[in-house]
Amino acid sequence: MSMLAFQILIDGFAISALYGLGAVGFTLMFGVSGVLNLAHGATMVVAAVTAWVVAGHYAANPWLAAVAGVVAGVVTAFATYYLVVRPIQRSRSVPTVEKEIFVLTGTLLWGIMLQEAVAYFYTDNPKTVPPLIAGVMQIGGVRTPVNELLIAVICWAVIGLLWLLVNRTKAGKVLLAASINPRALAILGFELSRVYILVWLIYGVLAGIAGVLLATFLGASSGQASQLTASAFSIVVLGGLGSVAGSLLAAYVIGYLETLTAYLISPTYRSMPALVLLVLVLYVRPNGLLGRR
Amino acid sequence: MPGCSKTDLHARAALVVAAGLACLPIGAVLGQSKEPIKIGIISEESAIAGAGISRAAQVAADEINAAGGVDGRKLEIVQYDDHSSAADAVRAFQRAVSQDGVVAVIGTYITEIALALEPWAARSHVPFITTGAASNEITRHIHETYDKNRFTFQEYLNSTFIADSICTSIKQLLQPKYVIKSAVVLSEDAAWTTPLDAEYLVCLPKIGVQVLDHIRFSPDTSDFTPLYNKIEGQKPDVIVTGISHTGVQPTVQWAQQQLPIPMIGNSSQATSGTFWRDTNGAAAGIVAFSLAVDGADLTPKTQAFINAYAKRFGEAPPYTGFTTVDAVNVVAQAIKRAGSTDGEKLVTALEQTDYVGTIGRVQFLGRDSEFTHGMKFGDGYVTGIALQWQDGKQVPLWPKAAPQSKIVFPSFTHLSPKP
Repeated sequence: MSMLAFQILIDGFAISALYGLGAVGFTLMFGVSGVLNLAHGATMVVAAVTAWVVAGHYAANPWLAAVAGVVAGVVTAFATYYLVVRPIQRSRSVPTVEKEIFVLTGTLLWGIMLQEAVAYFYTDNPKTVPPLIAGVMQIGGVRTPVNELLIAVICWAVIGLLWLLVNRTKAGKVLLAASINPRALAILGFELSRVYILVWLIYGVLAGIAGVLLATFLGASSGQASQLTASAFSIVVLGGLGSVAGSLLAAYVIGYLETLTAYLISPTYRSMPALVLLVLVLYVRPNGLLGRR
Repeated sequence: MPGCSKTDLHARAALVVAAGLACLPIGAVLGQSKEPIKIGIISEESAIAGAGISRAAQVAADEINAAGGVDGRKLEIVQYDDHSSAADAVRAFQRAVSQDGVVAVIGTYITEIALALEPWAARSHVPFITTGAASNEITRHIHETYDKNRFTFQEYLNSTFIADSICTSIKQLLQPKYVIKSAVVLSEDAAWTTPLDAEYLVCLPKIGVQVLDHIRFSPDTSDFTPLYNKIEGQKPDVIVTGISHTGVQPTVQWAQQQLPIPMIGNSSQATSGTFWRDTNGAAAGIVAFSLAVDGADLTPKTQAFINAYAKRFGEAPPYTGFTTVDAVNVVAQAIKRAGSTDGEKLVTALEQTDYVGTIGRVQFLGRDSEFTHGMKFGDGYVTGIALQWQDGKQVPLWPKAAPQSKIVFPSFTHLSPKP
């Protein structure tokens, strides 16, 4: 019985860390630039598939493939910003109050386009990337792939770096300020457009890493894009839109809820409790667990 | 008209009509000898098995046309992507028949889609051959309402036959070498696995294998760790699989977690030449059922087709490639036999099929069988094969093992050798 508990503990930790990384990027994007990027899942999938292409077709080692995947994530993020989000935000024909909805719809459609493009060129079959470190290790009698632990370590390291960036560097503090009051920041003379470029860059890196790690762990397919976006969305709403700490907490709540369900009930019902929880939270505390507004 | 009498007009009219009538048959005959024969292919282009269908159809048509076509007429493949959706497939079928004038439709590896197309074949009186869908439901409808559903044929071994083939391969290939007394059946929850699992539960005990558990998972499952942990706790000798929509993820996770239990059975994606690359080598040791494979040499046509397909598309065909290339030839021969492309005549001609293709000798079962219009299964006809992925290659092991080949499982597999 304790074996099972240990298994759930480890499995849940890795998957929650992965969810957390993706969700942090998503919530940062919303917090700083007000954009709910519904092409989030597609961005992760593009990163995953790029890593697979580089690893397979060019017989590169997994680390090089991983870097290629992250680069693809950044490229996709910028493409989303420059081709979809920025034109809508700057458009004169869209009323200001409706801009958010247009951006939402725009990113949704863009996400579908990316998803279909991946399926067209590479089929909708899941793609996997060789684990960064192969092999298994025993933890308390539980045989765990080393890669799974590495994923948890990488996710937390990246989140830690992000925290340092936001709290200890000037650029990071500008980001934080932009998320609190962009107008004040503009009045103070800061170029908001450069802030947005920075946040999209950070977002691309986070989504790229999350996508590549997902490919090494469970595999990613173009068909999963919408589910990944929905997952991130639920986590972020549960944690409180715009709160990074909230997203991390929510990621672990949902990650463990899913793992417990998969082990104790059935993998088929894995995503259900999280959705039920989301509805409950929205009823009882619409701001989410640690939300600000 | 001034100067024309009424009889004059009648005579002119009669002359025009007679001339027109005289032109008709000549025009029809002239037109017919030049008109290509259109065959509709409905497949899931974003899926590996689906893409194999349309590609193999092209290879088949090109070969037939290079040899002179069908009675001097060229075969033209009209291709439709159904996006793995039954609704899209039905629309494609309707269009193929009413607008594009196809004489037969070949396609789909998805049972749910084949079942959706079956009544449309019946309504439009156009033969429909599925070259990948396995469920017994397809032929059950033909058997029970023959007059209506006789337009559908299943040119693939049905789920029951697949399970029987796999049980026989375990008995003849693995049991002589290893102790295999228990198994867990692991299948995706889809229409085609219901009869497959039912037959596993019957044929496995018959060869002395106790079924410890029967797990059906949702095809959307992406994390198999909980399932594998459960299975490992039950300590079976083998895992017998029934997977088609999934393949890469369960295989990769099986290898990454180093599950000590070998997997053998139906894994449709493992039949594709790209599976090794798709899984980054995690496929090593997987034993999969297919209808043919590189090196199996079932018939003189098997290897020739593999080479032609690989030359054109850069990879070996999935299982649907073999069945489809044979199906196009079966249709071509039926048209020759019937001397017509009329649906009713084609059905009768198709029932008389006796064709040695890439998968063996293809014949369709008759009304006396419960699997009417299914493919005949057994020695001398189509038996299926077992292949194992080794070092990036699909090695045929059963019923005819490739020369100098042996069974190779990954180092983390625990199987007791037979004493």
